[in-house]
Amino acid sequence: MTSARAQILSAVRRNLHADRGRGDSARRAEVTTRLRHHPRGPVPARSDLEPAARVDLFQQQAETASATVARVAAWDDLPGAVSAYLRARNLSAEVTLAPHPDLDGINWAVGAPVVGVRRGTPDPDTAVGVSRALAGVAETGTLLLRSGADSPTTLNFLPANHIVALHAAEIVGPYEDAWDRLRAEQADGAVPRTVNLVTGPSRTADIEQTLQLGAHGPMNLHIVVVGDVG
Amino acid sequence: MEPTSHAFKTNARRALDDAQLQRALGNVQRGFIAKRANAVARLPEFDQLRDAATAVKDHTLAHLDLYLERFEERVQEQGGRVHWARTAEEARAAVLGICQEAGAQSATKGKSMVAEEIGLNDHLEAHGIEPVETDLGEYIIQLRNEPPSHIIAPAIHVNADEVANQFRIHHTQFAANRPLTEPRALVNEARQVLRQKYLDADVGITGANFLVAETGQSVIVTNEGNGDLTQALPRVHVVIASLEKVVPTLEDATTIMRVLARSATGQEQTVYTTFSAGPRRAADPDGPDEFHVVLLDNGRSNMLGGEFQDMLRCIRCGACMNHCPVYNAVGGHAYGWTYPGPMGAVLTPSLVGVAEAGHLPNASTFCGRCEAVCPMNIPLPKMMRHWREREFERHLTPAMDRAGLKTWVFFATRPRVYHWMVRLPMRILSVVARRRGRLRRLPLAGAWTRHRDFPAPEGATFQAQWAASRRESPD
Repeated sequence: MTSARAQILSAVRRNLHADRGRGDSARRAEVTTRLRHHPRGPVPARSDLEPAARVDLFQQQAETASATVARVAAWDDLPGAVSAYLRARNLSAEVTLAPHPDLDGINWAVGAPVVGVRRGTPDPDTAVGVSRALAGVAETGTLLLRSGADSPTTLNFLPANHIVALHAAEIVGPYEDAWDRLRAEQADGAVPRTVNLVTGPSRTADIEQTLQLGAHGPMNLHIVVVGDVG
Repeated sequence: MEPTSHAFKTNARRALDDAQLQRALGNVQRGFIAKRANAVARLPEFDQLRDAATAVKDHTLAHLDLYLERFEERVQEQGGRVHWARTAEEARAAVLGICQEAGAQSATKGKSMVAEEIGLNDHLEAHGIEPVETDLGEYIIQLRNEPPSHIIAPAIHVNADEVANQFRIHHTQFAANRPLTEPRALVNEARQVLRQKYLDADVGITGANFLVAETGQSVIVTNEGNGDLTQALPRVHVVIASLEKVVPTLEDATTIMRVLARSATGQEQTVYTTFSAGPRRAADPDGPDEFHVVLLDNGRSNMLGGEFQDMLRCIRCGACMNHCPVYNAVGGHAYGWTYPGPMGAVLTPSLVGVAEAGHLPNASTFCGRCEAVCPMNIPLPKMMRHWREREFERHLTPAMDRAGLKTWVFFATRPRVYHWMVRLPMRILSVVARRRGRLRRLPLAGAWTRHRDFPAPEGATFQAQWAASRRESPD
């Protein structure tokens, strides 16, 4: 019996007349080249900016997508920024931190109120999660988070409030630059289980096309940009 | 899903008389058209990206076998499995088999048009597995026991008060007199109910907007975050996708992504774009233990190399239906199968046959707006015309229409006779309608004048005007 796989592939080849014209080896060579060099398509000019202006564009685009953005000078300022955010919104001062070295290396026992931290994956009723993004994409104000020992994916979706920290130097212009960062971080063409591009908090317009934030994922997305560029 | 496209005329008439539906359809115009236009205006490179996106898909389709093989190889390298399905039946069996192997009692689902196409929910239910739709729109129509009426806004035909009624019937755990008039209250209630479903499910099923051959990733594009909870929490993640979703690289997916959200909802980018590859890695603190991709053909390989191949570029943004006067008048259910609007009018006959779905390509005024807004440059009107020709060739067109067309051919190929035949009625009509410029009733055209006036001809025929202009300015 011919397998479904073999039948589908042979129907595709037959209908494409893959055996005619250039022949199979030319087709294969073209595919191999494209996969190896992954050429870029047209890249919108809007994010082709000096680093400082790129960070500004990132902030502006993220805010347009209903995220809030704060900037702090150094990683040690993160607990204060988180504390201020929670206080301003009357939220619980208990947060679940991604087990990332940059977040672990900070003294969280500062700020008023002091933020209580636990590390790891969130519970279904976790109110606030704090993650570390791999990159920010200025083009659309988008965060790139990837799964790994230091970055649980459920932390991006279960908590009602999601705080994401990244360094200003990690903000790139277009998506293509973020892919290059991801490829450089992963060894030997490895791919993380999950890559999340996140642009603003969760939303739906499924009821009479009226926009409601906080459908299933976070109702609030707060981005803390650490440090400076240049 | 069993098609009822043959009953399009009856379906459409019923839809036109449905006051609730007509009220809801107003939201299509209000919600989508201006937002898309604004998003396109904000991106000067939009047309360039549209051509590039078209080229990406054309290249991929021309090498589809090779990219599919590469995709499968990458999925396997990362510990996932690919299940090939020739038909809807094989795809249903594959998903059911995975669920049964996992000992699943319930499966949460992200929005998937392919799952609708193969009638997955009914099949799972019939075998004792509870499918739970988690996209808010899909959840609403699941409660109402209906198919979606739009490919990106499945419950666009439902008004808020109807949603409230369904929630009162199904969510008996809450106080019967709770206020549910505001959309916010409805969203919050659904969020609360579905939260538990995500945690209880053994299997999470999502569709795919793209499959990336370079990396073996499946990609979903959502706003709610339901697809992410669906695939991150259960032990098993099943992706169900059709063949033509594959693209070569992350860069290629990016090019298409840049036109997708703008064409669909008018967003610069959807809230969540999620790339998934294989099961959780050894060091990962969360994620599924199993990753399966069910690859569905169901008639698509037969569209390659023929006059309908361009349709396989479709990225399911919904712009064609949002801008279609016919869709806006009758809604999605009238089309009688999974895919409505202009893209459905082309795709449905390809997948279920022209005998069943021949009416759909006829339900078009050929105004061309669908092609004008299509981010993948799909020549939708041209392909509808191809279907009309096939329907005619196969003698599926009713005798009256055929006779009418033959009469038309007789006159159209004899310009002199045509000219005389048109001149006389034109004179009569313009005399009858002299003052109003419009006719309220017209013999033999009752179907037209029942709903609107007929504009009276003014002046001479086109042929006469053309001849006159040639006399004035001979070149």
